[in-house]
Amino acid sequence: MGILGWTYVFVGITFALYIYVAWRSRVSDTKGFYVAGMGVPPVANGMATAADWMSAASFISMAGLISFLGYPGAYYLMGWTGGYVLLALLLAPYLRKFGKYTVPDFVGDRYYSNAARLVAAACTIFVSYTYVCGQMRGVGVVFSRFLEVDINTGVIIGMCIVFIYAALGGMKGITWTQVCQYCVLILAYLIPAIAISMKVTGVPIPQIGFGATIAAGHPDAGKYLLDTLNIIAKDLGFVQYTATFATVNTNMLNVLCITFALMVGTAGLPHVIIRFYTVPGVRQARASAGWALLFIAILYTTAPAVAAFARYNMVNTLNDKPYIERPQWYTNWQKPGLVAWVDKNGDGIIQYRPGAAFVGRPNFKMADGKRVLGKYGQPLLNNKITTNKNELYVDRDIMVLASPEIAGLSAWVVGLVAAGGLAAALSTAAGLLLAVSSSISHDFYYRVINPQATEKQRVLVARIFIGLAIVLAGYFGIYPPAFVAQVVAFAFGLAASSIFPVILLGIFSKKTTREGAICGMVAGILFTGIYIIQTKFMGVGNWFLGITPEGIGTIGMIINLVVTMVVSSFTKAPPQEIQDLVESVRIPRGSGEATDH
Amino acid sequence: MSKDVKEYWRKNLRIMAWLLAIWAFVSYGLGIILVNPLNTIHLGGFPLGFWFAQQGSIYVFVLLILVYCKLMRKLDREYDVDE
Repeated sequence: MGILGWTYVFVGITFALYIYVAWRSRVSDTKGFYVAGMGVPPVANGMATAADWMSAASFISMAGLISFLGYPGAYYLMGWTGGYVLLALLLAPYLRKFGKYTVPDFVGDRYYSNAARLVAAACTIFVSYTYVCGQMRGVGVVFSRFLEVDINTGVIIGMCIVFIYAALGGMKGITWTQVCQYCVLILAYLIPAIAISMKVTGVPIPQIGFGATIAAGHPDAGKYLLDTLNIIAKDLGFVQYTATFATVNTNMLNVLCITFALMVGTAGLPHVIIRFYTVPGVRQARASAGWALLFIAILYTTAPAVAAFARYNMVNTLNDKPYIERPQWYTNWQKPGLVAWVDKNGDGIIQYRPGAAFVGRPNFKMADGKRVLGKYGQPLLNNKITTNKNELYVDRDIMVLASPEIAGLSAWVVGLVAAGGLAAALSTAAGLLLAVSSSISHDFYYRVINPQATEKQRVLVARIFIGLAIVLAGYFGIYPPAFVAQVVAFAFGLAASSIFPVILLGIFSKKTTREGAICGMVAGILFTGIYIIQTKFMGVGNWFLGITPEGIGTIGMIINLVVTMVVSSFTKAPPQEIQDLVESVRIPRGSGEATDH
Repeated sequence: MSKDVKEYWRKNLRIMAWLLAIWAFVSYGLGIILVNPLNTIHLGGFPLGFWFAQQGSIYVFVLLILVYCKLMRKLDREYDVDE
């Protein structure tokens, strides 16, 4: 059976599994729909959180990003894991004790204000939606590359699957499918990583392998892999792999700010926070944060190893090699346009050097529905060619997607990677869509518009809104707004500068007032939002200490904290019952019985 | 608020502060601010600062949450506020 056959087998089996699990965990009440009846065991919640958190970007793109960044790639690694320490220590146990359904629930009740509730709900919807668009696109891309269906058909199939299990089982269905999805995605990530580590270094543990020496039979055998990568980089004119703070955007201050913004942003993401409402009690909330981070760490410590192996393999199999002797995987991934070559000096040899080989993504010359080929059989391009010496275009996603082929693994592993990529994208999309629909149906509809709604009406409204949210997400997946990549900085920046600080102060400072929280949120959002719009869309330079938009959430968070504390200090203290609420949140006892499981 | 509960909260804050200090030291200290001096030391093929940035800090994060769960469980029992 070939790659395509195996891919259909794996994707078919996993999809059937997700639907079966969702059918088994269907729900009929709001507690089941929003927080899975608060009966999810910590290990399962840890797995679900890990799948929820690790998106198409973590699975497909992160290793590739690190592979091209080298040392500064650490800000993704530390930023997207360190946030869980903040969650475990500062937010999760207290929010679980509070024990409602959504993030705006806490903000609205703690700050005795529907205005605060609505600001938090708007942030939740915006942050989550920014993310969803990327996931649906990811689903479409995996379908089109591995199953050779049209990208839009892929998005629609993905929408239908998510709709079935999200609308049927709400949080409960999503939780148990995410547990399965975690298992699929981690296997799909580890198997090729271990095989490549074995192949390049002879060490079966990738985390150790990428600090080991290169195995016999490979170029530079016997030398340390990282040293070799540094030498290769130096020879070709790239920044060395382990070099620190080498470019303007990776100076120390900026690396610090980006890492911090990603950590705080992670801790402030609504779809992650609501996962901690689903466990039976405070102790389980703490434990499940630990499990979640452990499960995430398995992938996140493997990713930098995959990055280093991929860089080594790519340079050695392509650079300074004649195009006609290119490896099979190159030909396979040239089809969807993830690699391309322009023979600038006409010598028929692939030169890989710093800089972009041409402007934009590959746009192949076509005639009679076929690609026009050059002298060496390479497809020709319409793109504007740049003047540097680099001739090779490599999409960074290829580092993970093509890794089984680069390592020469069997066809079934490729099928498994496809199923893993889909699991990562679908699990994250489902979690985000639930966060969006619960903010609309619970925080807007039930808490503000129609507080008299019956249980039945509320579940129905939640189902309708999750359906609408999926359709809208699918629309953005098919017609992606040009700015999707740019708005990811927005999601983290906003989570860091709005949601995280108000929850933090709400728990740790009894004297924080409604006025303080609202002013703080608005100040944080305005500063961060305006800075990102200026630097990303209006071409203004990074005017605040040279900090890039990815790291500006750090400053936004500080502004929010300062404004909230200053305004709180001269407004009327919160009513006694709110201060009592804060005190009760600080003590684990009485977190409420589990209703289910 | 009773005296016991106040004391429980104070001890909780102390545990938190220590663990967060380690969290910041390992990631921002060893992984970023001190990365260059640490890179002169090697751990097998890893420059030490690079290792902390891409591997070590993540392991420490996992351990920190584990220690936090253990300490808080003990504290909850000691002050009789557990579930």
